[in-house]
Amino acid sequence: MSADAKPLIAVQGLGKVWPNGGEALRDVTLDLPSTPQFLSLLGPSGCGKSTLLRLIAGLERPTQGTIAWPSAPKSHATSATIGYVFQEPTLMPWATVFENVYLPFKIAGVSRRAARDAIMEALRGVHLEDAAGRYPRELSGGMKMRVSVARALAPQPRILLMDEPFAALDEITRLKLNNDLLTLWEALGMTVIFVTHSVFESVYLSNRIVVMAAGPGRIAADLAIEAPYPRDEAFRSSPSYTDACARVSAALKRAMGEAP
Amino acid sequence: MRRVVEAAAPYLVGACALAAWEVAVRLTHTPPFILPGPLAVGAALAQDFPRLFPALVFTVGVTVSAFLASAALGLLLALIMTSSRWMERSLFPYAVILQVTPVVAIAPLIIIWVKDTRLSLLICAWLVAFFPVVSNTGVGLRSADPNLVSLFKLYGASPLQATVWLRLPSAAPYYLAGLRIAGGLSLIGAVVAEFVAGAGGDRSGLAALILEAGYRLNMPRMFAALLLISGVGVLMYALLARLSALVLRHWHDSEARSPDRP
Repeated sequence: MSADAKPLIAVQGLGKVWPNGGEALRDVTLDLPSTPQFLSLLGPSGCGKSTLLRLIAGLERPTQGTIAWPSAPKSHATSATIGYVFQEPTLMPWATVFENVYLPFKIAGVSRRAARDAIMEALRGVHLEDAAGRYPRELSGGMKMRVSVARALAPQPRILLMDEPFAALDEITRLKLNNDLLTLWEALGMTVIFVTHSVFESVYLSNRIVVMAAGPGRIAADLAIEAPYPRDEAFRSSPSYTDACARVSAALKRAMGEAP
Repeated sequence: MRRVVEAAAPYLVGACALAAWEVAVRLTHTPPFILPGPLAVGAALAQDFPRLFPALVFTVGVTVSAFLASAALGLLLALIMTSSRWMERSLFPYAVILQVTPVVAIAPLIIIWVKDTRLSLLICAWLVAFFPVVSNTGVGLRSADPNLVSLFKLYGASPLQATVWLRLPSAAPYYLAGLRIAGGLSLIGAVVAEFVAGAGGDRSGLAALILEAGYRLNMPRMFAALLLISGVGVLMYALLARLSALVLRHWHDSEARSPDRP
């Protein structure tokens, strides 16, 4: 990253105190470069990583600090810039897969005809082009999650926010979706912020891991994972993977042990 | 074979009960003005049809209008109440008061105030039927998946978009369940109000006919009218259940039939 390139997002001194007095985040400062990055937010539960994600998405208001989008035409997040994937698939059960992926376009006032190509493209990206007419309840948990990813990606966001998206899935499905996500990330060139509490998942996916500590939530470490992409199952047994896992685990242990 | 028996079972029970009733009436020589047998009721139904049919039309008319008014105004009220905490706080207590006050107690007032009999009966029936629609739909409107609410917010949806595309569909199963209850209640409301209004004139329904038949000890006609009222209730319930199944079959667990479900 060259020094003069504007960051995609500049988080400055961010704090969040809930109305009941609980402090979720304190003094979080974080820059995301405009070059595509795969960043994992890693930390114990209660460290405010989901809150940070919701703040970045504009779903919560910070009580302190600022979130700036220096390279975006508007100062705040819009559907064109942000995609969001929740821990649950969060699909509308009354709508078909196609209609679910159409939602961001529908809200923006884009006709089905105009959005069709982008929707089908996104469904192809998650291998669900044949399921467009099906209803969520006819799909497996993994397939529903894929639809959720397709919905987030279809409007081609600059940044994809994922809040422990695969945590509820079985191991085999999760590994497969991790690989698919990496493929999509490389192909589409957006920035991903991926919330997880799994050291192994974060190391496998990311080129940057921000370790957070709890009570109040704050950034404890900011680590780079240098291993090159594309990564595949062979990476999991490579020394660089094992080293990185050890490094991240140590940082996480320090984060959980240290006093605020 | 099992399935045939299963399908025929309720009809068999009905037929047996009717037969036992007829036999009991004949064996005990019970006079028809105490308890008529089913055959006598059937005869009354056929014979009094010219009197029964206009009464049926009248009662069905009141019931269906009250039901439609509950369906429309109940939904509207639920939308208004869930639009803000303030609205709910200020309106809901009155909806509860209307609901808990027995219709028999308010009916005389309404019948005095509203000149048109039909309209006054309609209002009474509506008072009974609208509450389950309001309270059910209110719960439904507030039960939208919070993550979906966040997603709509993220994509910059207007309040109208969020209502039409998220809150209303989320409320649909609750609304339809409310309608099923309201269907039966509007019939009950119509009949009770008619009892209070009393018999009289050519513009009267099945309940007035029952009262009148009671005065004349014409039990077969009374039973025939009763039969028609039950028939209307059953038909309404069946239609509403069918509607609910049609609307929800693709997505709601209560109506979906799929191979993965036992």
